[in-house]
Amino acid sequence: MWPTALSQGLRWFPEQASTVAGQVDALFLFLVAVSVFFAGLIFLLVFVFALRYRRRAEDERPKAIHGSLILEGLWTVIPLGIALAIFVWGAYLYFVISRPPAAAMEVYVVGKQWMWKLQHPTGQREINELHVPVNRPVKLTMTSEDVIHSFYVPAFRIKADVVPGRYTSTWFEATKTGEYHLFCAEYCGTSHAVMGGRIVVMEPAEYERWLTGGVSVESLPAAGEAVFARLACNTCHKTDGTGRGPSLVGQFGQTAKLASGETVAVDESYVRESILTPQAKIVSGYPPIMPTFKGLVTEDQLLQLVAYIKSLKLDGQAKP
Amino acid sequence: MNDAASESRQHYLNCDYSVRSWLLTTDHKRIALLYLISISAFFALGGVMAGLLRLELLTPQGDLVQAQTYNKFFTIHGITMIFFFLIPSIPAVLGNFLVPIMIGARDLAFPKINLLSWYVYTLGAAFTIVAMVTGGVDTGWTFYTPYSSTYANTNVILTALGVFITGFSSILTGLNFVVTIHKMRAPGLTWFRLPLFIWAHYATSLIMLLGTPVVAITILLVALERGLGIGIFDPAIGGDPVLFQHLFWFYSHPAVYIMILPAMGVMSELIACFSRKRVFGYNFVAFSSMAIAVLGFLVWGHHMFVSSQSMYAGMIFSLLSFLVAIPSAIKVFNWTATMYKGSISFQTPMLYAFGFVGLFTIGGLTGLFLATLAVDVHVHDTYFVVAHFHYIMVGGAIMGYLGGMHFWWPKITGRLYSEILGRIAAALLFVGFNLTFLPQFVLGFLGMPRRYHVYPPEFQMLNVLSTAGATILGLGYALPLLYLTWSLFFGKQAGPNPWGAEGLEWQTPSPPPTFNFERTPVVTQEAYAYDTELEGHRV
Amino acid sequence: MSEHSSQVAHQFDDATQQYEASTLGMWAFLITEIMFFGGLFAGFFVYILGHSAAFAEGSRHLDLTLGTVNTLVLLGSSLTMALAVRSAQQGNRQGQVLFLILTMTLGLVFLGIKGLEYAHKFEQHLVPGPHFRLEGPHAQFAQLFFSFYFAMTGVHALHMIVGVGLLAWLLVNALRGKYSAEYFTPVEVSGLYWHFVDVVWIFLFPTLYLVARHA
Repeated sequence: MWPTALSQGLRWFPEQASTVAGQVDALFLFLVAVSVFFAGLIFLLVFVFALRYRRRAEDERPKAIHGSLILEGLWTVIPLGIALAIFVWGAYLYFVISRPPAAAMEVYVVGKQWMWKLQHPTGQREINELHVPVNRPVKLTMTSEDVIHSFYVPAFRIKADVVPGRYTSTWFEATKTGEYHLFCAEYCGTSHAVMGGRIVVMEPAEYERWLTGGVSVESLPAAGEAVFARLACNTCHKTDGTGRGPSLVGQFGQTAKLASGETVAVDESYVRESILTPQAKIVSGYPPIMPTFKGLVTEDQLLQLVAYIKSLKLDGQAKP
Repeated sequence: MNDAASESRQHYLNCDYSVRSWLLTTDHKRIALLYLISISAFFALGGVMAGLLRLELLTPQGDLVQAQTYNKFFTIHGITMIFFFLIPSIPAVLGNFLVPIMIGARDLAFPKINLLSWYVYTLGAAFTIVAMVTGGVDTGWTFYTPYSSTYANTNVILTALGVFITGFSSILTGLNFVVTIHKMRAPGLTWFRLPLFIWAHYATSLIMLLGTPVVAITILLVALERGLGIGIFDPAIGGDPVLFQHLFWFYSHPAVYIMILPAMGVMSELIACFSRKRVFGYNFVAFSSMAIAVLGFLVWGHHMFVSSQSMYAGMIFSLLSFLVAIPSAIKVFNWTATMYKGSISFQTPMLYAFGFVGLFTIGGLTGLFLATLAVDVHVHDTYFVVAHFHYIMVGGAIMGYLGGMHFWWPKITGRLYSEILGRIAAALLFVGFNLTFLPQFVLGFLGMPRRYHVYPPEFQMLNVLSTAGATILGLGYALPLLYLTWSLFFGKQAGPNPWGAEGLEWQTPSPPPTFNFERTPVVTQEAYAYDTELEGHRV
Repeated sequence: MSEHSSQVAHQFDDATQQYEASTLGMWAFLITEIMFFGGLFAGFFVYILGHSAAFAEGSRHLDLTLGTVNTLVLLGSSLTMALAVRSAQQGNRQGQVLFLILTMTLGLVFLGIKGLEYAHKFEQHLVPGPHFRLEGPHAQFAQLFFSFYFAMTGVHALHMIVGVGLLAWLLVNALRGKYSAEYFTPVEVSGLYWHFVDVVWIFLFPTLYLVARHA
């Protein structure tokens, strides 16, 4: 077999370590084939014509050929057809890449100059590293504390910008254990090139051991509950609905009706927005008296609050 | 050629040697040369930056310069090459010189505005030079907010103002071309008898007029946000940093067509002349230029597939991006067909044309990779993108520029250059270019992000290959500088038509008289009438 | 007639070509201006979609009376400008001078009123930046509204100032009797520019003063 160093040197592709990597590579290879074909065709034709029709006498005067409608039609329609086929394939795969499966494990990411902060739902925090179990979908909900960054894992073929002021998300399902590069892929200032790390994919049992191995930490929802209490959110948002603000139990994932008549999906972004700019989208039937918590919560704490509110499920009893 | 006779003939170069006559000229040909000097200076600056970047990238560690210095280098490389070299290059040098002559006019419609455009360019250049000399700028040429508007601590405002001002130079040039082509064609020169160089510059001018103002206002807003605290893109007050990207790319995508369309125009001229045949499918090539200009305005979102733009917007932009590739493909096929049953000769300009066809084809095909949504997710912001656009900008646009310069050099200067050196330089450039940028496609797919001054060690071999190529490339660029300058003093005198080419510019002496023609020509036949006797038609 | 042939620049074949080229040139330039302002309008409309209440609040702080007066002033100035062009076409030197002066005056009145509005905003702490202060829940995004207000009306005012400068140059030439039925192109072309700046205001005024107010 090839020595490792040589095979390392001859590597053309990153490792295929996610469910979509192989599919992306297949599409890429198809594009390479199409490109080699057309480039080869042009190179060949130009070479043959240059040779065959090279000037042999100074007073040569070739006959004019104005054009050919048939040829124009052919070399318009055929490339168009190929282009559309590639478009459809790429759009379909993109659709898959953009929509996380329902039961994905959620990880929260905060990018800042020049590091990545990651929080597991069970509370573990990591800097510039993410430990995940193999064969389990992971959904990343991300934001930035300062400028635009981009979360890029070549081995998974995924990338998503991380933007201040909003949540962006991406997902992956790792298929091979190992360690893979994590890069920041949106120029963000001086140390952009070192704002990276690694994704560590482990066997499920090993991952469980890793989770419980370190200092015992509280889960994200529990941390969020603590923030919720410390900031006295529970004085208005009472769980029995008698407070000045709406009860938040079972609200996440529903749609809410606003005072303006519009409806809004109660997702991570709406929760974040309601904490930072509460007047923007008031729920119908409630007075616009919620104060803003801008400057009083960090992005990490916002994510903890989001996790907490997500966890407030209705139990079997009917609730308002 | 009787040297004594040609030296006593008055033309646009020897009619007045004073500095004042150059700095206050309204002759489009002299203005073209003023631009030639300016853009060559910036090309040298941008090239030095590139050399420094590639030097640093020889090793995975950051051992040549500090991170922020490297970031300033690639920012300056991008800004000088795009705004101060590529965008003006062919239009402001070859276009300014040739557009009036090719259509049989005495000058452009607005000669004083033409001169103004050069001074505006120079003023913008001055701002940018001051910005560089007093600390530089490190935002990348794309100025993404909020880094550029809030967080960067380098000379953003100065640079933004420099680019803002220079944009007006572009607008004024485009305006001049549009009016000139509409209103000042010689008798008998209908639209479909125009050389395709003119069609290309017309389409380019439309983009200059419609696109440049948008980036002007966008950059102005960034400068205002930074200088006065007026926040438009600042998320802290509800601004949208992605809105900046939409506004920025709305111009900056069409800008790439500003850079390539004129080179395509040059290609039509070169391939027709050195195949001694009219361009195959003239109408289709002309309409393709217009289609590229129109479609080019509809695809900007393909720079933003991973920016948090909606998935459906991404799909629309992807589809349109595939569509805009088709007219370019049509042109390549038509140029190839032009060679069929032609009479091909291999002088220097034609070698650049061959280089263009090959490299632009590769560059264009790799654009399809980037238009493909799922693939772009992986290669966006990696060296794959860097390789793609250098294939188009350098392998395409610069080959077009150099090919054009070598083709029309005798007309512009009245001198011939060494054909052997010309061919050697063209070959060096082709080899050096491919060695520099082909490895970068692999690097990009392997996952090496762009704008990195350090990288994981497994990427080193490809980076070393790339730097080696850059050295050869640099040599290839230095050669023409040397032998073309040498030809100004020692080159053989050129006759009116050393290539045996068709076109009104070859009906007038080399160099042309100040008002281009003794008498206004009357045009009676189509462009590229190579199948008639060369001496057959008279002005 | 022959004394005016010297008015035809050397690159043109005749006066007609010169006239057509000049007017086409101005139209082309005005299209670039549409794109320039267009970027600002596009940004404004993107933001008002998400922050209609805050923008309404901001708009309510604009002086509707002064804005309306300014609109009438500019419309009047377009009338006087058109009359100036007509006077030039007719070779009527007195008419040219009178209407150019009237147009300049109205333009300066517009700028004066705008200056007054700006001064008010400064006093009310509504200039975006560190001194911005607005009571109520919409302060944050209302600042965005005012950023657009100042950017859009500021850029417009700059264009007005250039326009007034153009008129001054025309006035000097008109006094020298330079324009007549044979050659009035600069007046007409400046008239196009002036009308354009007026039309931009016709879009600015409802956008900033009216539409946002009722959002």
